[in-house]
Amino acid sequence: MAGEGIQESRLVRWGLIAVAGTFLGLFLLLPLVNVFVQAFAEGWSGYLEALRQPDTLAAIRLTLTVAAIVVPLNVVFGVAAAWAVAKFEFRGKPLLITLIDLPFSISPVVAGLVFMVLFGTQGYFGEWLLERDIKILFALPGIALATLFVTFPFVARELIPVMQATGSEQEQAALTLGANGWQTFWRVTLPSVKWGLLYGIILCNARAMGEFGAVSVVSGHITGLTDTMPLRVEKLYQEYDATGAFAVASLLALLALLTLGFKTCLEWQQQRAYERAQRAVKSADAPSS
Amino acid sequence: MVDRRFNVLPGFGLTMGYTLLYLGLIVLLPVAGLFLRLAGVSFEEFWRMATTERAVAAYRLTFGASFVAATINAVFGTVVAWVLVRYHFPGKRFFDALVDFPFALPTAVAGLTLSNLYAETGWLGRFLVPLGIHGAFTSLGVVIALTFIGLPFVVRTLQPVLEHFDHEVEEAAATLGAGRLRTFVSIIGPTLLPTIITGFALAFARAIGEYGSVIFIAGNKPYESEIAPLLIVIRLEEYDYTGAIAIAVVLLFISFGLLVVINLLERWASRYEN
Repeated sequence: MAGEGIQESRLVRWGLIAVAGTFLGLFLLLPLVNVFVQAFAEGWSGYLEALRQPDTLAAIRLTLTVAAIVVPLNVVFGVAAAWAVAKFEFRGKPLLITLIDLPFSISPVVAGLVFMVLFGTQGYFGEWLLERDIKILFALPGIALATLFVTFPFVARELIPVMQATGSEQEQAALTLGANGWQTFWRVTLPSVKWGLLYGIILCNARAMGEFGAVSVVSGHITGLTDTMPLRVEKLYQEYDATGAFAVASLLALLALLTLGFKTCLEWQQQRAYERAQRAVKSADAPSS
Repeated sequence: MVDRRFNVLPGFGLTMGYTLLYLGLIVLLPVAGLFLRLAGVSFEEFWRMATTERAVAAYRLTFGASFVAATINAVFGTVVAWVLVRYHFPGKRFFDALVDFPFALPTAVAGLTLSNLYAETGWLGRFLVPLGIHGAFTSLGVVIALTFIGLPFVVRTLQPVLEHFDHEVEEAAATLGAGRLRTFVSIIGPTLLPTIITGFALAFARAIGEYGSVIFIAGNKPYESEIAPLLIVIRLEEYDYTGAIAIAVVLLFISFGLLVVINLLERWASRYEN
């Protein structure tokens, strides 16, 4: 790959590879393998039994419900925001992008606190809600809101650069040919950004199912009712049920691996498409040179 | 204000309106509510709550451990990025994909498995604990968790820069008789430094707010292994909203400050691009 004289000696090369491998092995591979080994410490039957606890099943159901609420809402927002930011020029665009990214730089605990201040007993709407017996905190709406907050930027952030890269000539052509706005969006824009959108959805979903800090603050930790999967992991761990905690953790780790696998496939596919395009350019150039 | 005269695409009003409405309702108004709660509190009062002895100990641990973890990542992350970009070895693609693992893994799972590994009976703890190295339930555990959380930042910031690094500069140095080490120290290193510092700052910023992974492994003893985000949770459990908000506002200001610093760093890092 590199020419003579700018390549390190064999010894240095393999030394550096060993350092990098040890670091990644110690900090990434070992924790990952440990999750599954501990989860199966009592064999398949112990594993399945741990997952079949009613409170654990309730936690899985709650996590799926929260993701089913949060992901579509953030997808609609992400698509709208990407359309506005990528297809139009307006003043204050960098500020808007910074504000969209804001939840990334706020501690999850602070995100949870924000909703406590709004809806808690001492919060702005606390008494009003109490009088009407509306439950937001320590119930599904609060958990969904906190998750909505922390996963807010994911879809928009993936989609904006993809939509900017595709430009708007194709949309303009479609409109000139008589398509209306919605037809243009569904038939022209959406197909060209579908992989970016899918990646954003998968990242958003992974974070929505795995969020701990923000949800921990607003959930109230009611076993069987407001414990999501990550909170269930914590509770089982505190109850010294290691197999139970690791069994739930293994499901979340599996989700993380699927997310990574999808991301890697997507990158390889883009790499291949890029190389194909490069070859096409080269062979087109060949006759003239 | 808006140059839409030559843009025939529809939907600007609708999508922009929805974006602002949703952003306002989910993010901006709730965050503003947090600051508004401090309106009735004098600055002295706020300062007293934000800087209690216990809070100061928590900040010190949060910033100290975040700094150490980000430094570890800056050093080893640079080696990892270098190795992944420059060398070929078996399993390279696997390790490359694995670097993103901390982004994808829920923090609770990370905390659970790390505390298990470093506990007395764990795979690493059974060797380390007899040597007097207690990774679990100490402040060292905080550093371990934050190193895991921040691992992808330096690698992923550095990789694209290394991929586009001009070989000609290195060849020129070699032609002029510079050894490999000298080329690295006086040419490659200084060029990469802004990017490494950017990755460091990103990892540091992420570590300051981290909660999930840390509370599993830290032991959470006041004044000793209690991080600032945990103190917010404890204040809330005591129904001391204002106390919780005071600490949260300190963290928010630091996060926003870091955001500005990171923006400046990114501009510095890309100064040669144009």
